[in-house]
Amino acid sequence: MNTVITGTVTGVNGNMVTVEFDTTVTQNEVAYVIMDDSKKGEIRLKSEVIRVRGKEADLQVFEPTNGIKRGFKVEFTGQLLSVELGPGILTKVYDGLQNPLNELAEIGEFFLERGVYLPALDRTDKWDYTPVAKAGDTLVAGDTIGTVPEKIFTHKIMLPFNFRGEWEVVSVAAAGSYTVDEVVATVKQGTEERKVTMVQEWPVKMPIKCYEERLLPTEPLVTQTRSIDAFFPVAKGGTFCTPGPFGAGKTVLQHALSQKSEVDIVIVAACGERAGEVVEILREFPHLDDPRTGGKMIDRTVIICNTSSMPVAAREASVYTAVTLAEYYRQMGLGVLLLADSTSRWAQALREMSGRLEEIPGEESFPAYMESLIASFYERAGLVRLKDGSEGSVTIGGSVSPAGGNFEEPVTQATLKVVGCFLGLSRERSNARRFPAIDPLDSWSKYTSFIDNGQIDFARKTLRTGSEVNQMMKVLGEEGVSIDDFVMFMKGELLDFTFLQQNTFDSVDGGTPEERQKYCFAKLVEILETKFNLDDKDEARSYFNGLRQTFIDWNYTVWQSDEFKAKEAELTEMLNSKKAE
Amino acid sequence: MKKVYNRIIQIAGNVITVEADNVANGELAEVASAHGTSMAQVIRINGRKVSLQVFAGARGVSTGDEVRFLGKEMQVSTSENLLGRIFDGSGMPRDNGPEIEKNMVEIGGPSVNPAKRIIPKNMIRTGIPMIDLFNSLVESQKLPIFSVAGEPYNELLARIAMQAEVDVIILGGMGMKYDDYLKMRNTLDQHGALSRSVLFMHTASDPTVECMMVPDMSLAVAEAYATEGKKVLVLLTDMTNYSDALKEISITMEQIPANRGYPGDLYSQLAARYEKAVDFDGAGSITVLAVTTMPGDDVTHPVPDNTGYITEGQFYLKNGRIEPFGSLSRLKQQVNSDTRADHRAIMDTMIRLYSEFNSSQEKQSMGFRMSNWDEKLLKYGERFESEMMDLSKNVSLEDSLDMGWSILAECFEPNETGLKSELVQEFWPKN
Repeated sequence: MNTVITGTVTGVNGNMVTVEFDTTVTQNEVAYVIMDDSKKGEIRLKSEVIRVRGKEADLQVFEPTNGIKRGFKVEFTGQLLSVELGPGILTKVYDGLQNPLNELAEIGEFFLERGVYLPALDRTDKWDYTPVAKAGDTLVAGDTIGTVPEKIFTHKIMLPFNFRGEWEVVSVAAAGSYTVDEVVATVKQGTEERKVTMVQEWPVKMPIKCYEERLLPTEPLVTQTRSIDAFFPVAKGGTFCTPGPFGAGKTVLQHALSQKSEVDIVIVAACGERAGEVVEILREFPHLDDPRTGGKMIDRTVIICNTSSMPVAAREASVYTAVTLAEYYRQMGLGVLLLADSTSRWAQALREMSGRLEEIPGEESFPAYMESLIASFYERAGLVRLKDGSEGSVTIGGSVSPAGGNFEEPVTQATLKVVGCFLGLSRERSNARRFPAIDPLDSWSKYTSFIDNGQIDFARKTLRTGSEVNQMMKVLGEEGVSIDDFVMFMKGELLDFTFLQQNTFDSVDGGTPEERQKYCFAKLVEILETKFNLDDKDEARSYFNGLRQTFIDWNYTVWQSDEFKAKEAELTEMLNSKKAE
Repeated sequence: MKKVYNRIIQIAGNVITVEADNVANGELAEVASAHGTSMAQVIRINGRKVSLQVFAGARGVSTGDEVRFLGKEMQVSTSENLLGRIFDGSGMPRDNGPEIEKNMVEIGGPSVNPAKRIIPKNMIRTGIPMIDLFNSLVESQKLPIFSVAGEPYNELLARIAMQAEVDVIILGGMGMKYDDYLKMRNTLDQHGALSRSVLFMHTASDPTVECMMVPDMSLAVAEAYATEGKKVLVLLTDMTNYSDALKEISITMEQIPANRGYPGDLYSQLAARYEKAVDFDGAGSITVLAVTTMPGDDVTHPVPDNTGYITEGQFYLKNGRIEPFGSLSRLKQQVNSDTRADHRAIMDTMIRLYSEFNSSQEKQSMGFRMSNWDEKLLKYGERFESEMMDLSKNVSLEDSLDMGWSILAECFEPNETGLKSELVQEFWPKN
């Protein structure tokens, strides 16, 4: 019964190891390559079965493979690549395989030595447990057994998601303080009795579906980034992508979204990107006040960090680890935002593996199945109604790093097919220091904004006409356009500078709440709709520059403060001074 | 006892395949042929077939030659005695000095735990105004120098090596022209910088495989010094040659190429090297400056493109100058607020005026009439280019700032610069 299925290594190619196995193996199960190191003793390298051919299985190893010899033993676990779910995930910093990095840093050296794995959840922490289910209750997977407080949330301890059918509660633990490994309930089905603790495991590549139904995402997710909320909104439970060339500000935008978005929990998956950027989150979030809860930002954040120099196979796993954690918290009726930076690196990890497997390459040698993998990843987002009637959501935002900044490449195109909102970052805008560099003419969203649609359409038209006039002026010079056209252009620029552009690093301008956005946008539309008495272009230019400066100053004032009101009055006065009758 | 095998069953490019047992992935071997002995490294195992890349190249290797496996991986010494020494791409002395075998460590070690990194906060002064003033180099930063063949990028590296305020310089040369290598060595020697440097030099005439070892060896030594608390600056030239060597081997190994013949893992390979740049929590730091020549001056070429996604900014070296516009140090904001009160203001103002100068120059070349303001800008631009952009200078940041003020004062009235009045009061040169 308990015999371990083993095998022996017959080949090594990069991070892929070929193993001859004894009896049976399962596709995508976890295996350990056991290295016999003369200095460090036995090292167990985690790997995953990715192909079976005859008596041989190909494994991708989540660690460097140097030193592996033909004939080394391999142990198959029979388990798919899984994560641990339970209280204590929040505030943690994990690598792609859910190794806690801070805890590793405490025991280890500066470097991530291979083969060192720690439990994802702390085994000694005690949690204040309150039972919800009673003996005799009938439960199904995902039903609440009890709760523990985790930071500001009520963490539900649920019947493990892999329990099939109905289970009767035999006994529950009394309210009290327990570690995650202590039994909190015993349940039975027929003659089979199982003990339930606060931890459960779930395979990362399978979506958690213990909900009643999926709902259409309609409610806007307030990101406090004006150009997104007004022009290219994201819905709770929706998906969006931010492709852009290097230096266009993808990561800065993602950091802003992680801090300002009005969601319960943020999961940041730094997938194959710079370590320095993660360090900023890692070191700053514990000190950053969270205006929404009064706590610290880190209290509602999980960081999955598999940076570019960490093993590439674990990078592939990291986005799945992140989305599984997101789905877990969705089961508690919470709103979760998952930010993946960057999905291109994940796709490249797929490409590397596909190359080693010598599969027939698709476009730019990405594997042919990449599109369906990208689609099924984004499809794990969604708004759901749970069995107890409450709603939870997972919103996914992925950044894409297209080679050469060209959006025609396969990863960007595959992503655009499945997301609900496209925020294209342009080099032109970032070179002109117009941040966030979301291109207002190319981007699109299928969701609806909280701002009145008529106003948005009008503003968009102004922007488009303004840009056309600008094109014209590039050819004909300023003399070549009429004063009316020129005013249109100035209006477009005003909209760009005062609303689309936003100073992420400013404490006030960095995040604009819904109410203020509506208010300021109405004011802006009023200006855009106004006909002006302006005699020549010089006058128009200096008038609009004045308006622009006042509006920007207004953006920097605290909502409803005296300065705010004073600036608004100033703006109104300026507007009326040139209004045509 | 080391096992010796002499059944070479395949020779292709610089890769040989031999039938052998008990061989580890990454292990080193010696291939003895009639033309000398070369090191080789295991890069693939398939059953009994073991493929090795031969450092000196497979030319002249016979199917009957002996392959002796050494039971260890590529290692490099990290002893203090390395300072002032020059090695080749296989780690052998190039300067007629003795071999060093103290404190050997394996190259290409594991990645740093991100939780052991700190947010960089120290500036590295180089004495070059275009870097210190406009795009400050920060400890633990990784920055490429994007350039094209013919530009003086090696001269720039040599200058930085001489002037940078760090403890140790590691210089890794890949595919360098022999003359350039000699020039660099002599420059460092003459200016006394060789004694705090370690050089790993692969020249264009050396075997390609050795080129791929240079960054790993340089960074392994840097890591050893940095964990002991030293401030290390690693200079690499030229990473495009390194990438081309990767391409060569992967094509030989019949891997499916991704973009323009480069292997699909180019990003990961480059990142694994660049990400060694680090500021350790409680120890020293590694900063990486790497020349990347852009074939055809095309920044969307796979090598500069992938590099741009990895590094924290870039310097463009064009026409012998560091371009003020495309160049960017992403970390400069971390350090340039607490140098001197006028640092950021001077940085922004001078660049803005220089860009206005460019449009005036354009107008002039199209034959438009020059206004008074244009004339001022033209004068300013000329001064800026000849004084600020000169890469052969060694001036402190404070002196560069003062120089900035004096250039501004000679060309403009204070209110024309848009500088804050308080700063003008404090810094505008009197008389």
